[in-house]
Amino acid sequence: MLPIEFYFDAAIKGLLTGSVYAMLAVGLSIIFGVMRVVNFAHGEMLVAGMFGAYLVFVTLGLDPILAIPIVALVMFLFGVALQRGLIDRFITAPEHQQFLVLIGVALILTNGLDMIFGPDARNVQVPYAFASFEVGPFFLDNVRVYSAIAALALIALLYLFFNHTLTGKAIRACADNNRGAQVVGLNVSRLYAITFGIGAACAGAAGCLLIMVIDVTPHLGADFTLLAFTIVIIGGLGSMTGALLGGLLIGVSEAMAGILIQPSLKSSFSFGLLILVLLLRPNGLLGKRSS
Amino acid sequence: MLTIEAVDLHYGDAQALSDVSLTVEEGEIVAIIGANGAGKSSLISTIAGIYRPTRGRITFEGEDITGWPSHLVCDLGIGQVAEGRQIFPSMTVRENLEMGAVIPRARKLAASTMERVFTIFPRLAERVRQDAGTLSGGEQQMLAIGRCLMGQPRLIMLDEPSLGLAPTIVQEVFRIVHQLNTDGLTVVLVEQNVVGSLKLADRAYVLENGQIAMAGSGRALLDDDRLRQAYLGL
Ligand SMILES: Nc1ncnc2c1ncn2[C@@H]1O[C@H](COP(=O)(O)OP(=O)(O)OP(=O)(O)O)[C@@H](O)[C@H]1O
Ligand SMILES: [Mg+2]
Repeated sequence: MLPIEFYFDAAIKGLLTGSVYAMLAVGLSIIFGVMRVVNFAHGEMLVAGMFGAYLVFVTLGLDPILAIPIVALVMFLFGVALQRGLIDRFITAPEHQQFLVLIGVALILTNGLDMIFGPDARNVQVPYAFASFEVGPFFLDNVRVYSAIAALALIALLYLFFNHTLTGKAIRACADNNRGAQVVGLNVSRLYAITFGIGAACAGAAGCLLIMVIDVTPHLGADFTLLAFTIVIIGGLGSMTGALLGGLLIGVSEAMAGILIQPSLKSSFSFGLLILVLLLRPNGLLGKRSS
Repeated sequence: MLTIEAVDLHYGDAQALSDVSLTVEEGEIVAIIGANGAGKSSLISTIAGIYRPTRGRITFEGEDITGWPSHLVCDLGIGQVAEGRQIFPSMTVRENLEMGAVIPRARKLAASTMERVFTIFPRLAERVRQDAGTLSGGEQQMLAIGRCLMGQPRLIMLDEPSLGLAPTIVQEVFRIVHQLNTDGLTVVLVEQNVVGSLKLADRAYVLENGQIAMAGSGRALLDDDRLRQAYLGL
C-alpha cells in the first residue's frame, strides 16, 4: 500500500465505524431535541443492547444484525416504560434533578447487567468475522460493511418516520413548539414516551452492531454515553443530520488517531475535535443559533 | 354549552383567577375583555386543559371536564387560537395544518377541511410548502385560525387574534370570526380591541385582577360609563 492509501484505508474504516456511532448518537439527539432531556443512561442502554444481541446469539443462534428487530423492540418498550413510569415526573424539573435520575438509571442498568452476566468480557463471533471485501487496494471487513449498511438504513428509516408519518410529524411538532402541541391537542406525554422509546431502540440497535467488533462488559456504558454526547455536541444539539455527521467525523478521527499517534489516544483526539468545534462553532456544526 | 363555576387558578403562590363563573351558550359570540395581566389568557388555558384549576368546576355539554388534559378537551370540540399564535415555526404550512387534525375527532376529515381552510385563506394555499416561521404576522394568524379549524371545533376560543395586525387585516379577522359564527361555531373572543369585540359579541365579561367585574350584552357594556372610562378613556 502507498502511504496515501494507508490514510484512505483508515478513513474508510473510520466512516464504517462512524455510521454505527451515528446510530447511537441519533438516539441521544432525538431524545434531547424533543424532550430537552439528556439521556445520561444512553451508553448503558447501548451495553444492554450488546448483551441483548449476545443473548439472542447464544440462545437462538441468530446473527446480531438479524437480532436488531428483537433487541430494538425490547429496548423501545423499556424506553416507553421508563418515560411513563419515571422520567415523565421529572420532565419540568430542573436539569440537575433530571441528571441525577438518569445517572440512577445508568447505575441500575450497569449493576443489573453485572448481576446477570458477571464482569467477564463476552463477544459474538459471526461466521464472516474474518472475511473481507477487496476493493482496489483496500480490504474492508464484512462485519464493518454490513454494520454500516444496517446503521445507515435504520437512520434513513427514522428520517422517513419523522417526515412522512403523522406520529413522526407530531413528535417534531412537540419539539418545535411544546405549547403549540398542547394547543392543538397532541397527547404530548404519549409522544414523549414514543420518543424515549425510539431513542432507547437506537442505542439497542447500535449495541447489536457493536457486539460484532468489540467485547462487551457491563461497565462500558459511561464511555459510550460520553462518546454519544461528544458526537451530538459536535453535530449540533437536537439535529439528526448533525448527529450523523458528528458520528462519521468521530469515527474517522478515531481511526486517524489510531495510525497517527496510538490507538489508546483516540478519545483524546475526539475531545480535541470537540474543543475545536466548540471554539469555532459553539452550536455545533449543524446546530441552530440559539436566539 | 360551556359552564364555568367558581374557578380559581394559582401559579405557585400567585393567584391568577379567583371565583370566576361564566357561561357560553351554543351559537353565541362571547367576548372577554380586561387589562394586561387580568387573567384572560389564563382563563382560556384553564378551559383548554393546559392549566388545572385549583378550585371550581368546568362543564361542557353537561360533561364535567375539570382537570382533563388538553388532548381530551380538544377532542370534545373545544379549539383555541392561543395567545402568540403558537404555530410550529420550522414545519411547513401544510404540516402545521395537519397537526391541527391529529385529534381522533378530526383525523378522517383532514383532507376536506384543509380544502375549506384554503378557500377561507387563499394565501395559505399559495404557501403550503413554506416554513411557518417565515410567514408574515398576519399570515401566521391565518394559519393559527386555520389550524384550529382543522380540529373540527364546535367552540372556538380566540386569544387576541388581532394582535400586531394592520387595521385592515384586523377588520378581515373580525369578519372571518363573524362568518365562522354564522356558519355555526360558538366563539369566545379575547380582545384588546374593546370596541370592535363588543360590537361583534352577543355578550361580554370584564375581567379585573382575575375576577369577573362586569358582565352583560355587548351593546350594554359599550354604553356603560364605568367601562368606557376604564377601557376607552372616554
Ligand atoms: N405560566 C405562568 N406562571 C406564573 N404566572 C403567570 C403565568 N402565566 C400568567 N401568569 C400571571 O398571571 C396573571 C394573568 O396573566 P394572563 O396572561 O392570564 O393575563 P392576560 O389577561 O391574558 O394579559 P394580556 O392582556 O397581557 O395578555 C399575570 O399576573 C401573569 O403574570
Ligand atoms: Mg393574554
